[in-house]
Amino acid sequence: MNSVATHPKKQSVWSKMGRHWQFYLIVALPMLYFILFKYVPMYGILLGFKRYRVSRGIWGSPWVGIYQFTKFFKNPSSLRIMYNTFLLSMYALVSSIPLAVILAIALNETRSRLWRKSVQMITYAPYFISTVVMVAILMQFLDPALGLFNTVRGFLGKDSLNYMGEAKLFKHIYVWSALWQNTGYNAIIYLAALTGINPELYEAAKVDGVNKFQKIWYVDLPSIQNTIIIMFIMNMGFVMSLGFEKAFLMQNPLNLESAEIMSTYVYKMGLINSDFSYSTAIDMINSVINIILILTFNKVAKLRSKDGGLW
Amino acid sequence: MHYKQRELWEDRLFSLMVNTFLTVSLLLVLYPLLYIISCSFSNPQAVIAKKVWLFPVQFDLISYKAVFTNKQIVSGYLNSLYYMVVGTVVSVLLTVLLAYPLSRKEFYGRSLVTKLILFTMLFSGGTIPLYLVVRNLGLYDSRWSIILPNAITVWNVIITRTFFQENISDELYEAATIDGCSDIRFLISFVFPLSGAIIAVLGLFYAVGQWNKYFDALLYLQNQALYPLQIVLRNILIINRNTPSMTVDVEAAIRAQGLSETIRYAVIVVASVPLLLIYPFVQKFFVKGVMIGSVKG
Repeated sequence: MNSVATHPKKQSVWSKMGRHWQFYLIVALPMLYFILFKYVPMYGILLGFKRYRVSRGIWGSPWVGIYQFTKFFKNPSSLRIMYNTFLLSMYALVSSIPLAVILAIALNETRSRLWRKSVQMITYAPYFISTVVMVAILMQFLDPALGLFNTVRGFLGKDSLNYMGEAKLFKHIYVWSALWQNTGYNAIIYLAALTGINPELYEAAKVDGVNKFQKIWYVDLPSIQNTIIIMFIMNMGFVMSLGFEKAFLMQNPLNLESAEIMSTYVYKMGLINSDFSYSTAIDMINSVINIILILTFNKVAKLRSKDGGLW
Repeated sequence: MHYKQRELWEDRLFSLMVNTFLTVSLLLVLYPLLYIISCSFSNPQAVIAKKVWLFPVQFDLISYKAVFTNKQIVSGYLNSLYYMVVGTVVSVLLTVLLAYPLSRKEFYGRSLVTKLILFTMLFSGGTIPLYLVVRNLGLYDSRWSIILPNAITVWNVIITRTFFQENISDELYEAATIDGCSDIRFLISFVFPLSGAIIAVLGLFYAVGQWNKYFDALLYLQNQALYPLQIVLRNILIINRNTPSMTVDVEAAIRAQGLSETIRYAVIVVASVPLLLIYPFVQKFFVKGVMIGSVKG
């Protein structure tokens, strides 16, 4: 005991662990969760290199090498599915961040507290609507016969349009509805960054005689630049893992050529066609593209400024 | 003098732009919400005749009566409440149990554990391998399949760890341990009582997520009696959007169509009410959670 107290640096690993053995008891349950639901499934990746037979299990099924992967790339629709996924994510990403930043700046510039609070509260509310309800709202509003959009088109003397059935409109409907739903929520983080700006910077800007527009350009935007970059990279990491839920609900036979994305294709191949091996292989291709994207963008951000990256 | 005038003029233009932008944003968000609520309270025939623009026309509760007497919706509602309450308790507990040791430098191996859990954010086995695990554990088609497989969100663990590092001081921990307080005792008597704010934030994040998701239920549930509300909604609102069939009785068909239209609006309102009701009260916690999350590290 004494030697431990006088030479704290020479403690052995075992005594360090032993003194706080209760920590290991505390993390046991959460770690069990990670092992069972995160790490054990990683073993299931072997499926991608096999032809799965239920009766033989993962290990017993025959190896087929990279057959499942070449099968995907030989499939004429594979490129289109990857392209759809990438396009939809990028479109969502590059439109959502600027709009959220603009809303945050506008909120930050209003003098009336009540007005700011009300706008914030209302714009933020749709975030709580579930995906199922959101898509249902879209279908109500865009309905060819009764939808509000087509009623307005009728007034303008235009023919009714089946919005949900138009393949080329799918990405716009997907992204604009996401903007409607999430901009208020996304603005929170930038608003927080804006309120954290050192007031001295504004004082200095005032002395220099800048107007409001210049203040935003020279003080506000540079100050929240790092937050914007971090949000950008984090979202980049989710580019290929683009949500299953909304796209799957919005799909119909008419828009499928632009609405099929990786996650919905994985689901259909795996759970509807029961081709577990093929589905796992596609999932893996997706994961790898994702990792490459996030590592690349983190690197780019780091090159720009020293603490610009995520890690 | 000229300079001052120009400045005034520019400032006015600026605040005009800001307020126009905010007003337009507000209306764009508010109008669809009002329209949905008004349609749900209107007479079905008025909705079909496109008479509803802003306020309910011929106020009518018939759609709500139909919604609340629908057995599937009521059962889905109760199931979702169950998943939300039990799921949130399990998730919050597991998250705190993991985040607290990770916030203490005395926890040998914490950087390894941190790396292990961060890695799962970057890479995962995928849908099918997890599905097989759920089946092999015997969770398939049980309530646990909705609660356990996605119980912990790594991001929430990081937020919570950051909160503990900033709010539970080393001095407090040292003073308590010198008095013979064990790590488990410290967790129970100090960490939990001091983490009201973060538990509120976590509870909200998990509760909203649990109430709104449907993918897990789609994957793991077959028994209709266990369906959460979102799956029921998907069946009613999206899959069964039946176009009016070739019924002979045109008038009855139109009436049925009108009712099915307003019922959809009523379902949308009823499904969103629980979260929209609590949200003004918890908004500040939500904002706080997002802000803690924005701290890098």
